Amino acid sequence: MSTDLRRRQVVGRGLPLPGNDIDTDRIIPARFLKAVTFAGLGEHAFEDARKVDPEHPFNQKAYQGASIMVVGQNFGCGSSREHAPQALLDWGIGALVGGSFGEIFFGNCTTNGMPCLTASPADLEWLQREVGRRPGEPLTVDVERREIRFAGRTITAAIPDGARNVLVDGSWNTTGVLLEAGGAIEATARRLPYVTGF
Amino acid sequence: MAQTLLDKVWEAHTVRTLPSGQTQLLIGLHLIHEVTTPQAFDMLKDLKLKVRMPERTFGTLDHIIPTTSQVRPYADPMAEEMAEHMIRNTRDFGLPLFDLDSGRQGIVHVIGPELGLSQPGMTIACGDSHTSTHGAVGAIAFGIGTSQVRDVLATQCLAMAKPRLRQVRVDGALARGVTAKDVILAIIRQLGVKGGVGYAYEYAGPVVERMTMEERLTLCNMSIEGGARFGYVNPDQTTFDYLRGRPYAPAGDAFERAVTWWKSVATESGARYDDVAHVDGSAIEPVVTWGINPGMSVSVSERIPDPASAPESDRPTYREALAFMGFAPGQPIKGTKIDVAFVGSCTNGRLSDLRAAAEVAKGRKVAPGVRALIVPGSQQVAKAAEAEGLADVFTAAGFEWRRAGCSMCLGMNDDKLKGREVSASSSNRNFIGRQGSPTGRTLLMSPAMVAAAAIAGAVADVREVLR
Ligand code: SF4
Repeated sequence: MSTDLRRRQVVGRGLPLPGNDIDTDRIIPARFLKAVTFAGLGEHAFEDARKVDPEHPFNQKAYQGASIMVVGQNFGCGSSREHAPQALLDWGIGALVGGSFGEIFFGNCTTNGMPCLTASPADLEWLQREVGRRPGEPLTVDVERREIRFAGRTITAAIPDGARNVLVDGSWNTTGVLLEAGGAIEATARRLPYVTGF
Repeated sequence: MAQTLLDKVWEAHTVRTLPSGQTQLLIGLHLIHEVTTPQAFDMLKDLKLKVRMPERTFGTLDHIIPTTSQVRPYADPMAEEMAEHMIRNTRDFGLPLFDLDSGRQGIVHVIGPELGLSQPGMTIACGDSHTSTHGAVGAIAFGIGTSQVRDVLATQCLAMAKPRLRQVRVDGALARGVTAKDVILAIIRQLGVKGGVGYAYEYAGPVVERMTMEERLTLCNMSIEGGARFGYVNPDQTTFDYLRGRPYAPAGDAFERAVTWWKSVATESGARYDDVAHVDGSAIEPVVTWGINPGMSVSVSERIPDPASAPESDRPTYREALAFMGFAPGQPIKGTKIDVAFVGSCTNGRLSDLRAAAEVAKGRKVAPGVRALIVPGSQQVAKAAEAEGLADVFTAAGFEWRRAGCSMCLGMNDDKLKGREVSASSSNRNFIGRQGSPTGRTLLMSPAMVAAAAIAGAVADVREVLR
């Protein structure tokens, strides 16, 4: 495992996606879950929303190639489908900044190396507006220092310790870490009455 | 110090603290279905790993299966391919699968409790957000993504942060015609769709204590719609009576020993919560959603709210919802015309739900032009409903009686809304596009209210129908 798994900071162009409570059904409608791989989900990200709204940020030329989404409150609520972060990743997104995130979505992003940081409503509003004004300018999501930097300004952001630590040290692909517990897993199981048949 | 169920179950399943500070949590029961697992099995194969505890993993087919003819191969080639993958993967990895010919197939959150797989004091995970349902038996049960399904398959563990705990107390007593579905919709309306983020919910209070197990399953099912990844009810006599005699529940002396342990995991009196919320159960009326998330609801006697009455931060979403639904503020929800009625899903697809809907349907007729579907949550629910004549009541009233599956809850099979149809639905999500049409509209309500709407052709007050 090399250092490229570390997500100390993500730098890229921003894409503002205003609105609260955007659920994972909206990010990727269920009909695209009828597949046995995650391949090619990016082209269907927000498909229905993009159809009804030609001005949807994912349709706008200015945001093609953007890699940091600036979203509202409770983004990614609802269904646990990992297809949602997979679709965003496949589209080119590498990090998100928002007011709050659906918890399962947040975990799915983390375990795919995609940091989700939260910021205050006032800072988010500023960020969405300014990124919209200067879509070509790079934005820095500093996971390690928990801050967002844009247009000469530094915004304080938050991410829980556990998620921050695995992103920063590159251990977000959890299987290997969990396997390290070895026989302690079975030992824990054997202490549970329901495992041993009461 | 007095401990909560969350404290005790978390502690008992802690393998170790990870370098990140998260807990390596052992998962006692892993439930899998066809939609969120094929990629996980592929990852497992890439890693050349086996399933760590195959005897603690159970599979079913629910999301994509047709509910008309279930003869294979399915008419939809993608559904067939997903079923085929599930059958092959479970066979290759040596995992039990409740296939269509097992007599035990059904929606994963219906069959877990029904078979006695889900038990108090367990940790339960499934690649599905409504895994919170199983908390009704006194378990810590939560939804996970596909990479986490891989983790559980490979290690029987997850890396998790322990949430804070909020006790949600429902006081008073429910009025006639008010169901567990109305209670959870009222809770979500009060606490908000993101009110539970970072929390687990412990449901308590006289209303919850009096609920049957099936009502508690409905209650815990929608915890996730309130932002809480899991919710539970402390195990009590209702729980033990429900589990006794179920196929995977302990039997004989082991059952008595199990009850002793189950009792020991319940929250102790005097335990501290991070927060306590009070809900007045006596004030709850039948609830109907009018918007695009489950928090946007009113009592059936109320009017659709004006965005100006909402907190400022919610106003844009309110306006978006009204525009999408084509509703005007101030319009009464009662009388809203519907095109489709759907009784089913892991929220309300159990026998008691079908009984409640049948009570309304009996001797009445579905309104002309309304497509009405009854989709039992499992094969066993279907069988029991047929045996007690419910299926006949429904078909005589003009409802379609279907086979078990998720069906129109998410529209991954042929059961979908068309165009801008309005659906009265006993499911759990009214998200844009949820029921299979990008412009379809969903009104969530209890099964009895869905039946009443099917008969009236419009949102109706079940209390008036059953008077
Ligand atoms: S019934 Fe609906 S919510 Fe429940 S598991 Fe199936 S699709 Fe998900």
